Amino acid sequence: MPFALLLPALLGLAFLLLPLVALLVRAPWHSLPEQLTSPEVWQALRLSLVCATAATALSLVIGVPLAWLLARTDFPGRGLVRALVTLPLVLPPVVGGVALLLALGRNGVVGQWLDSWFGITLPFTTTGVILAETFVAMPFLVISVEGTLRAADPRYEEAATTLGASRFTAFRRVTLPLIAPGIAAGAVLAWARALGEFGATITFAGNFPGRTQTMPLAVYLALQSDPEAAIALSLVLLAVSIAVLAGLRDRWMTAS
Amino acid sequence: MSNTEDVMDETEDVMDETEDVMDETEDVMDETEDVMDEGLDARLVVDRGPFRLDVSLTAAPSDVVALLGPNGAGKTTALRALAGLVPLTDGHLRLDGRELDRTPPESRPVGVVFQDYLLFPHLTALDNVAFGPRCHGATKAEARAQAAGWLERMGLADHAGAKPRRLSGGQAQRVALARALATHPRLLLLDEPLAALDARTRLEVRAQLRRHLADFEAVAVLVTHDPLDAMVLADRLIVVEHGEVVQEGTPSDIARHPRTDYIAQLVGLNLYRGHADGHTVRLDAGPALTTTELLSGPAFVAFPPSAVTLHRERPTGASARNLWRCEVAGLETHGDQIRADLTGELPLAADLTTVAAAELDLRPGAPVWATVKAAQTHAYPA
Repeated sequence: MPFALLLPALLGLAFLLLPLVALLVRAPWHSLPEQLTSPEVWQALRLSLVCATAATALSLVIGVPLAWLLARTDFPGRGLVRALVTLPLVLPPVVGGVALLLALGRNGVVGQWLDSWFGITLPFTTTGVILAETFVAMPFLVISVEGTLRAADPRYEEAATTLGASRFTAFRRVTLPLIAPGIAAGAVLAWARALGEFGATITFAGNFPGRTQTMPLAVYLALQSDPEAAIALSLVLLAVSIAVLAGLRDRWMTAS
Repeated sequence: MSNTEDVMDETEDVMDETEDVMDETEDVMDETEDVMDEGLDARLVVDRGPFRLDVSLTAAPSDVVALLGPNGAGKTTALRALAGLVPLTDGHLRLDGRELDRTPPESRPVGVVFQDYLLFPHLTALDNVAFGPRCHGATKAEARAQAAGWLERMGLADHAGAKPRRLSGGQAQRVALARALATHPRLLLLDEPLAALDARTRLEVRAQLRRHLADFEAVAVLVTHDPLDAMVLADRLIVVEHGEVVQEGTPSDIARHPRTDYIAQLVGLNLYRGHADGHTVRLDAGPALTTTELLSGPAFVAFPPSAVTLHRERPTGASARNLWRCEVAGLETHGDQIRADLTGELPLAADLTTVAAAELDLRPGAPVWATVKAAQTHAYPA
């Protein structure tokens, strides 16, 4: 094994693991039960779970059909659409939050009509959190589901139509069950991304405890006033991340 | 022989016209102009880039028609066009008098058995078969009851709860057939129904499939590149090459009167095309052949490889008029015989016993004389 490769490799590994180790080392283990049972933590955790789950559900409802459109149909500009769908993956989340404000804010392109016609206000609400998280997380789901759809044999859909199934029935009763593992993986990925969302959320939804203050926002705020609480909150998010990774291990960790 | 058949065909045609019976005769080879109100009447034209499929086929209920042809001939495209999975560029498609050209696949009374069956992997055998009835409006319980009946008929009652991956090739084939039949199609399409099976299962499944097709009361069209499958399963063959029908007829007719090299090779005959004048057929490229039939005009001459006799020296007796100087191009075992591929004046295949091959000291490159008795050739108009 060449030393010139081994050394940077080990350095890289240490670099990735050291912060996590530090988090565990510095964790206020004796005051941890107390920290984690405080109402503020529970409030933030509950809001995070609710919003991330709602964002995942929303991503499934509109993201799976979008993935189907990208994978199974051919229309002019499909490549461009696909690129635009994946844009939030690389876009700084803060920019996403600003863009959402300009679109759905009270004076936004669409937001002003929502406000004046229906009296709906999205920014700085829990719904706003869900929308911001969906904006950032849905591309993960779309990409994952699209890949699975492309790998799935479209002739099963043909077989279903020769048996009398409409295209939608074929999708619902044949394609959807066939790509269920891909959808599940994409949903978990999107959920994890939504749970950790910070930039777009704080920009579009603000930081109101109980309403829009999710875990990552709480961590950031606590770090300035109560570092021990920040570490405790971080540990919770780390635990959730590890659980997600464990849930997906069959899919990614056996890729060797 | 062929003359008698022609006469018989004509008599049948006359009977058809007078008594107006069309579908009871076994070989409905008629080219009647009037629209059939039962069965299939189609002209399938599909353009795919440089490839053009243009195939006409008609069939009466309970007919089994095989589209036979080499890979890439357009057989599967024809089948997909019949199922509505590929749009027709031109032509028409009538089934039991109903126009289907523009009917989407889910609304066509057509059942398909796909080449690799395409059983839904997440559903049990029972639910695979129940899928069609469900889509046609049956309740879950009704659909399952019907499906159970079909599996019973296929001898698969014990496997109703099995997922497709746990079925053997032969079982999967029968589930696929049951699934296609469960929607009571008026046209059953089978794409290479036996291709996915190993040699042993194939024999058994072929026999079963033949029985099921014999029981089927509507039109069945199957696509295959295997002449044996086609001849065992179908009442009528349509040979497709390069997107066109090159020959059509009963299996025995096609086996005896091949009209293209592809078919001649399939049925194992040496085939030549030429111009007949009396008992002589002068080949388009090569020597003349003496035959027993009296013909004039463009003609085919066919003879089996077993009719060829090989000699190392030029045979002295003048009896054999069909005598050519050839060279051995290749040798291969063919059953318990040796098949010699010959080039030279007349390229041909010859069968001889292993002993004869050894006595003649045949090897690639060896010069030989080949003779064929006129009585063993068969000439027919082109």
